[in-house]
Amino acid sequence: MSIEIEGVNKFFGDFAALTDINLTIPTGQLTALLGPSGGGKSTLLRVIAGLEEADTGRVTIEGNDATSLPVQKRNVGFVFQHYAAFKHLSVRRNIAFGLEIRKRPKAEVNAKVEELLELVHLTQWGDRKPAQLSGGQRQRMALARALAIEPSVLLLDEPFGALDAKVRKELRDWLRRLHDEVHVTTVFVTHDQEEALEVADQIVVINDGKIEQIGTPDDLYDRPASEFVLSFLGPVTRLGGDLIRPHDIEISRYEQASTAAGPITRWTRVGFEVRLEITPDDALHPEPVQVALTRTEARALDLNLGDRVWLRPAVGAQSVISG
Amino acid sequence: MADAIPTPLDAGPVQEAKRRVRSKRGPLAYTLRVVVIAYLFFLVVWPVSVVVQRAFAPVDGKPGGIGPLWERLTDPAAIYAFNLTLTVSFWAVVINTIFGVGISILLVRHRFPGRRVLSVLIDLPMSVSPVVVGLALVLTYSTSLGIFGDVLQATGLRIINSTPGLIMATAFVSLPLVIREVIPVLEEVGDDAETAAKSLGANGWQAFWRITLPTIKWAVVYGVVLSAARAIGEYGAVRIVSRGAEFNGETATLLIQNEYGAFNEAAAYAAAFVLVVLAVLALVVITVIRPQESHRS
Repeated sequence: MSIEIEGVNKFFGDFAALTDINLTIPTGQLTALLGPSGGGKSTLLRVIAGLEEADTGRVTIEGNDATSLPVQKRNVGFVFQHYAAFKHLSVRRNIAFGLEIRKRPKAEVNAKVEELLELVHLTQWGDRKPAQLSGGQRQRMALARALAIEPSVLLLDEPFGALDAKVRKELRDWLRRLHDEVHVTTVFVTHDQEEALEVADQIVVINDGKIEQIGTPDDLYDRPASEFVLSFLGPVTRLGGDLIRPHDIEISRYEQASTAAGPITRWTRVGFEVRLEITPDDALHPEPVQVALTRTEARALDLNLGDRVWLRPAVGAQSVISG
Repeated sequence: MADAIPTPLDAGPVQEAKRRVRSKRGPLAYTLRVVVIAYLFFLVVWPVSVVVQRAFAPVDGKPGGIGPLWERLTDPAAIYAFNLTLTVSFWAVVINTIFGVGISILLVRHRFPGRRVLSVLIDLPMSVSPVVVGLALVLTYSTSLGIFGDVLQATGLRIINSTPGLIMATAFVSLPLVIREVIPVLEEVGDDAETAAKSLGANGWQAFWRITLPTIKWAVVYGVVLSAARAIGEYGAVRIVSRGAEFNGETATLLIQNEYGAFNEAAAYAAAFVLVVLAVLALVVITVIRPQESHRS
């Protein structure tokens, strides 16, 4: 087991940033710490890195007790949201930094740097200064710099948070492919559920300093342990008292056994998706129900604003009974 | 000044708009400009230029020009004075740079009780009159009056009326200059890069030399130039802690005062001219550094 976290508590003054965290992060996998801002996920990452010291509890990295080891001795690669580039050094020297500190022979350093430049597709940018690179390139440089020391764990703190949507998507795919190539145990922090679902092997949902659920993306999406996890991992709506995903609702124009029925009161189209709002006649649950379907489906059903429709959970849909 | 409001014949739309903005506040801007220029001229430019002019002017029937000026500056007393000024300024700047960078890092990167008090204390030398600084040093370190007087007497170490006292007084008055330049830069760049260096295995010292120092380099140079200019021109504190006699603790500023008081005005103007030149040099260096500093980020 690569990283073991046992009974970790962390306070900032009176504020409990982490409460009784127990977590095992398996070797060679990509694990996402997912949660809302201020939920403690970054603090947990910094505790693993040794940038923060836990008030109680133990952190074990690859079988060695790292609880009181300083960050220099933990052999972890850390990537920051805002790149933390060494602005006065070229891309090459940035990547070489950790190896130079370790006083490796020059030939070995150069060979390793070239290899990493190739890995992160920055070979032709090696002599540039970080200021001459785009955000995505800077973050790839930061990744190469962290990988240069052959860390036992790679830790990424909101690595794509400062990038625009398109670059973020590209880098996300690239990180996944990189990980399949390099296989270093990786933990990354994100508040973007799509990013976590798409990239991670395992997701740890953290809220209010506590772990809400640990599982694979499918586990979390299909079998959320709590209302919080369900609503954090994607849109949810309430159908007859149960929480359900809007695209898990079956919609029909003809009367049938249904959970709710009513007219379509709102119609929003976002690209390929159509989002409907149905106001049920049910006096017990009068709040509008959101339904999502593709444009093709909507067209096939010949749905229009104001049409009366019948709703029920799709077969095999997951729902959480609200408590 | 007459072209403050340009009226090009073929004013395009852009120029037209620009002119309209200007002419809207035209009379006020024009008046302000004249007032500011006149103010600077009468307060700064004219008096300084008179000093320069006098340095080259014939005195008491002797011819003026570069030759006699050079003669007055190579007088042994003048050479001694400039030597002393440079020695004192050099050590004061070295001390303030080392402590300045250290204190800046302490104030920006660490949180500790009394941090705000320390921050305020650093500005004290800027607000206290240099004469008071001199008196305070005499009261603390002189062998006859000082609190440590007996100890100093016993060790034979003389501070007041000697070069160490001059260095202390000069360092005291120029203490905040490096710190006030470095602190904003340290605050702006944050500690991400330093933390990254540490995560890559660098110890505190390596992170400082390889990452922090190159980052604040220009701020330090800027602070050093300001400190040097301030140290070279220091008069009040030096007057109190030094004997201020020829070949005996007479710095360049003291020399100017002494020669001027002794009706040897030519020598005073000559030394004053050198101080003006040094000040202009410092300004030039600062102007050259400034753009580089803003390009950095």
